[in-house]
Amino acid sequence: MTLPFAIIAGLTVGSAIAAMSLRNLVHCALSLVLTFAGLAGLYLQLNAEFVGFTQILVYVGAVAILIVFAILLTRSTEPKDEPATVTPWIGIAVAVGAFLTMALAVLASPVGKRVAAPAPEVSVKTLGQKLMTDYVLPLEVMALLLTAAMLGAVIIAMKDKEGQR
Amino acid sequence: MTPLSGYLFVSALLFCIGLAGALTRRNAIMVLIGIELMLNAANLNFIAFWRFSENPETMTGLTFALFSIAIAAAEAAVGLALIITIYRHFRTANVDKVEDMKG
Repeated sequence: MTLPFAIIAGLTVGSAIAAMSLRNLVHCALSLVLTFAGLAGLYLQLNAEFVGFTQILVYVGAVAILIVFAILLTRSTEPKDEPATVTPWIGIAVAVGAFLTMALAVLASPVGKRVAAPAPEVSVKTLGQKLMTDYVLPLEVMALLLTAAMLGAVIIAMKDKEGQR
Repeated sequence: MTPLSGYLFVSALLFCIGLAGALTRRNAIMVLIGIELMLNAANLNFIAFWRFSENPETMTGLTFALFSIAIAAAEAAVGLALIITIYRHFRTANVDKVEDMKG
């Protein structure tokens, strides 16, 4: 384990815990931005530069802003201290159980000890060529999905004309 | 270089933090943030397994992660639009208080 990895991983996990446990929703959103940025750092460490920058563009740039907007739009009448569930321990126990299961699987598997081969030659050009040849059908489906999601989001969030409240 | 298990542990931790958040928080936006965290954990797994695979030049993990990011973006947009509509209707974003299918 190298020092940069330890720092980025600690930052990512720490800010993820903060994003899920802080009371103030705006603070949660800001911690979430830190988590996304840390994940982008991890991608860069793994030689996946393009995915790292996509992560920053899409998550830090778009999704985080969208979440902040949603928080600000739905906050006005919300009571200040959102009470947690009556029994938060069940959810936390489920999560801890899931983590222990996954950790045991990782520890038991021989794949986990694998050390990376020398950095692969992956340029954005080859990635684009792959996307336009082998993966052109998923790419087109994705374009359709994004268009449908955009239209759907606009139509769902549109104020209805009847003005029923 | 960190072995694969390091990245897998970070990913598992992120997934479980997101799971705990989605199960315990009552605000719909926080539930959505938890789901986003879980999706990101899966993405980290894709990238890590791609980097440590026998032949990374096929770039399967990279393209899969890219598509996954696009789907997550679409999901966030529609999810937040739904939350805003629910808030407008019920005047709350608390998932426990939204119990009626008919307003």
